[in-house]
Amino acid sequence: MSLDPATVRRIARLARIGIDESDVPALQGELNGILGWVEQLNEVDVEGVTPMVGTGHAALRTRPDVVTDGNCRDAVLSNAPDGVGPFYTVPKVVE
Amino acid sequence: MSLTELTIADAAQGLRARKFSAVELVRAHTDAIDALNPRLNAYITPTKDAALKAAQQADEALAKGEARSLTGIPLGIKDLFCTNGVRTTAASNILRNFVPPYESTVTANLLRDGAVFVGKTNLDEFAMGSANITSAFGPVENPWKRNGDDVALVPGGSSGGSAAAVAAGLAMGATGTDTGGSIRQPAAYCGIVGLKPTYGRCSRFGTIAYASSLDQAGPMARSVRDCAIMLQSMAGFDERDSTSVNCDVPDYSAAIGRSLKGLKVGIPAEYRAEGLSAEIAAAWQQGIDWLKAAGCEIVDVSLPHTKYGLATYYIVAPAECSSNLARYDGLRFGERVPGDTLDAMYEATRRAGFGPEVRRRIMMGTYVLSAGYYDAYYLKAQKVRTLIRRDFTEAFQKVDVLLTPTAPTPAFAQGEQSDDPVQMYLNDIFTVPASMAGMPAMSVPVGLGATGLPLGLQLIGRPFDEETLLATGSALEQAAGFTHRPAIRAEAAK
Repeated sequence: MSLDPATVRRIARLARIGIDESDVPALQGELNGILGWVEQLNEVDVEGVTPMVGTGHAALRTRPDVVTDGNCRDAVLSNAPDGVGPFYTVPKVVE
Repeated sequence: MSLTELTIADAAQGLRARKFSAVELVRAHTDAIDALNPRLNAYITPTKDAALKAAQQADEALAKGEARSLTGIPLGIKDLFCTNGVRTTAASNILRNFVPPYESTVTANLLRDGAVFVGKTNLDEFAMGSANITSAFGPVENPWKRNGDDVALVPGGSSGGSAAAVAAGLAMGATGTDTGGSIRQPAAYCGIVGLKPTYGRCSRFGTIAYASSLDQAGPMARSVRDCAIMLQSMAGFDERDSTSVNCDVPDYSAAIGRSLKGLKVGIPAEYRAEGLSAEIAAAWQQGIDWLKAAGCEIVDVSLPHTKYGLATYYIVAPAECSSNLARYDGLRFGERVPGDTLDAMYEATRRAGFGPEVRRRIMMGTYVLSAGYYDAYYLKAQKVRTLIRRDFTEAFQKVDVLLTPTAPTPAFAQGEQSDDPVQMYLNDIFTVPASMAGMPAMSVPVGLGATGLPLGLQLIGRPFDEETLLATGSALEQAAGFTHRPAIRAEAAK
C-alpha cells in the first residue's frame, strides 16, 4: 500500500492538521516508510483469531446514574484560550 | 553520605532518626536542580518554592510522629501527570500554558503519603519518542558519559527527564509512564530501576493520554526497594478509571530478598535478535548465571510473535493517539491560533501546537482508522496483539518470570541515529511486546558496557505479579552490586 500526494492531503484534512504543499513530499515518504514496514504483519496468519481490544483484566463496571461531580464551572473554563464570561468562544460558524 | 546520593528507604529512616530534616533533604535536591538543570534540562518546571514549603510541613508531621511512607521525600513528576495549580505541558507547545485545576490519582496518592514534588520532568512530546528529543522544551541530556568523551547522549524516552533526574541526584525517585517502553528503556539508558506495572494497576485518571489501551504509570528510582515503596503508594483501584483493576495491593517491599529457590526463569529465544550488541548479550548471560546461582531454574522458552510486536504497536498506538489527541482543538484549553473558519482555526492550531513526530503519529493513526483501511491495518493489528499476548500466557504456564535485555544498545548520542522514524522505533523492540500484552515488566541496571555506559536487563512477569519482578530484580541488583554513578551528578557538581 503506497500513499499518493492526494491521500496525504486527505489524511491531514481528516486529522485537522494544516499542511503546506511543500510538506507533502516529506510526509508522503515518512508515512510510506512506516506503512511499508508494518506490511510485515501480512505474514501472520490471523484466521479465526479474536481481536484484542484491551488487556481484559478489568471487567466493565456499572454504577448508579447519579451526579458524582460538578459545580466547578470556573475551574472547567479556567484554561479556555479565548473565554468570554462563562462561555467558550468559536469563530463564526453560521453565515 | 551526601543527601542526593541516598536511597528513598535510607532517607526515610534518616528523617525519622532526625539525622537531617526534610527541609535539608529537599533543599539539597532543589540546589542540585538549580546547579545542573540548565545543562541537563531534566525538568520543564522546577517547583522549588512549593517544594520547600511542603518540606516544612513534612518536618512538622515528622515532629508529631505522623510520618507516612514518603514524608519529606523529594520526587520528580513526569510532566504528563496533571498537578493541581502547577503547569502541565506534556512537553508540547499546545499545552505550554495549561494549568490543571485537578490532581491525577497517581500524584494524589503520592501526596497523600507525604511526598514532596520538586518539579515536573521533561519527556518526549505527549510521550511519543524513545530519546527525549521531541520535547517542545528541548532535549534532555543523559548524565552519563562515554569513557573519554563529553558528547551529549540521549537519556532514552519518553520518560527521559525522570530518568536523568533520578540518575543525577535531582530527585530521589520519579514517576514515569510507559506505553511501549517509556519507563524501562530510559531507566536502562540512565542506570536506574524502572517498573511498568500491569495494565490496570495504577490509575490513568489525570494522566494525559497517548494510547489508552497501553499507557501505564510506574516508578523510577535508584534501587528496586525504592521502586517497591513508590509503587505501594501509586497503585490501587480508582473508580474514575474504567480500566483500573479492583484487586488488593500486596506489600511490595516484603517481596525484596525473597528466596528464589525453584523459581523458573524463562529465556525467550526470539530476543537474541539481530542488532543485539555483544556487550548486552554478555550482560544477559551474566544475569542468567546470577539467577542460576540464586537457585532459579533456567528454562528456554519461545515467544514466536515477538518480531511483530513493534509493527503492531505502530498501528495500535497511533490509532489511539489520533483519537485521544482530537481533543486539542484550541477551544476549551491549550493554545489557539486564530482562523477565519472553525476548520481553519483547528488546522492552524494543531499545526502550530504539535511537533513533527506527534503530527506524524496522528496522521498515521488517522489513516489506519479511515474508511476502507480499518480492517487491513487496525483490525489486523488487534488480532496480532491477541497472538502476542497468547505467547506470554503460554510461556507463563511453564515459567514464573522472563529475563531479557531491556534495549538492544546502550544510550546513543543526540543526532547519532538516522532521521528515519522506523530506525528510532527499533529501540523499543524488547519492551513493546510486554506492553502489548499488558504484562508487568521492570528494568534493572546490571553493569557497564565497553564504553562505560550502563546496561539494563528486563524482567517480565505474570499479570499483577509485580512481587516476583521485585524479588527477582532485587536478586539481580544484589549480584550485580551496581554502585556506578554518572559523571554529571549533584554530588560531583559541588
